[in-house]
Amino acid sequence: MASRKGLGGEGSAAAAAAPHVLAVDDSSVDRAVIAGILRRSQFRVTAVDSGKRALELLGSEPNVSMIITDYCMPEMTGYELLKKVKESSRLKEIPVVIMSSENVPTRINRCLEEGAEDFLLKPVHPADVSRLCSRVLR
Amino acid sequence: MDYSNLRRQAASMKKSLFDQGYLDEQFCQVEDLQDEASPNFAEEVITLFFKDSARLISNIEQALEKYPKDFNKWDAYMQQLKGSCSSIGASRMKSECMSFREFCGQGNVEGCMKSFQKVKREHGVLRQKLEAYFQLLRQAGPAGAATRPGM
Repeated sequence: MASRKGLGGEGSAAAAAAPHVLAVDDSSVDRAVIAGILRRSQFRVTAVDSGKRALELLGSEPNVSMIITDYCMPEMTGYELLKKVKESSRLKEIPVVIMSSENVPTRINRCLEEGAEDFLLKPVHPADVSRLCSRVLR
Repeated sequence: MDYSNLRRQAASMKKSLFDQGYLDEQFCQVEDLQDEASPNFAEEVITLFFKDSARLISNIEQALEKYPKDFNKWDAYMQQLKGSCSSIGASRMKSECMSFREFCGQGNVEGCMKSFQKVKREHGVLRQKLEAYFQLLRQAGPAGAATRPGM
């Protein structure tokens, strides 16, 4: 069943069964849309507004199955977040997907080279996300 | 209360918004995310959009005044607004945002100012139209929500 709109772990065994995806975007509108798309695909979603908050959550929450992050964010870009995740021995196995409204090949390549699983152009479509998730989360 | 008639009116209103270019396919993608678990999803996202876009417009207005010819700053704010428009399918508004960014790229102050007025106008019009649309949907009752039958 689709999980409730919780912005924090539910903690129940049933909720823990659904893969937990961490969505990172400084835009409240985009956060709401990506969270809606992910919940539709039966994922448990936590949506945060910055790389800093994402790292805080990753520090305390052991079971994140995938990170999907916007590229253009103030203070810490999605690329910088990706780098930090891949540099961490504890976190580096977590697949990271980057989203961006701008189609910049050098940017895309840089992210893929740094270990991003995929790069999605905004506006993100449910079909793109479900295709991606079934591949990444198997 | 003739709910089916209200629903028909809402559908007709929506079609007109598409025909006139106010909305594009992305709006349907947002409405399609509505279901029993999130029955008011579309309206919630649109409400968020107008709250956020009002803030961004205000930021741009201030920046145009306080930071004359700071095209990078103006562009950065408008990029955020354009992104939000894109995410909910606000097509005409998005076009005006793109025009503004082009004028920034050209260093054309007058172009930016005129374009910004258009952005604000489109914002106001869209807000009015979508408020009317969602009000109709609410009046049409829970069955009037944009869900597909038999889900």
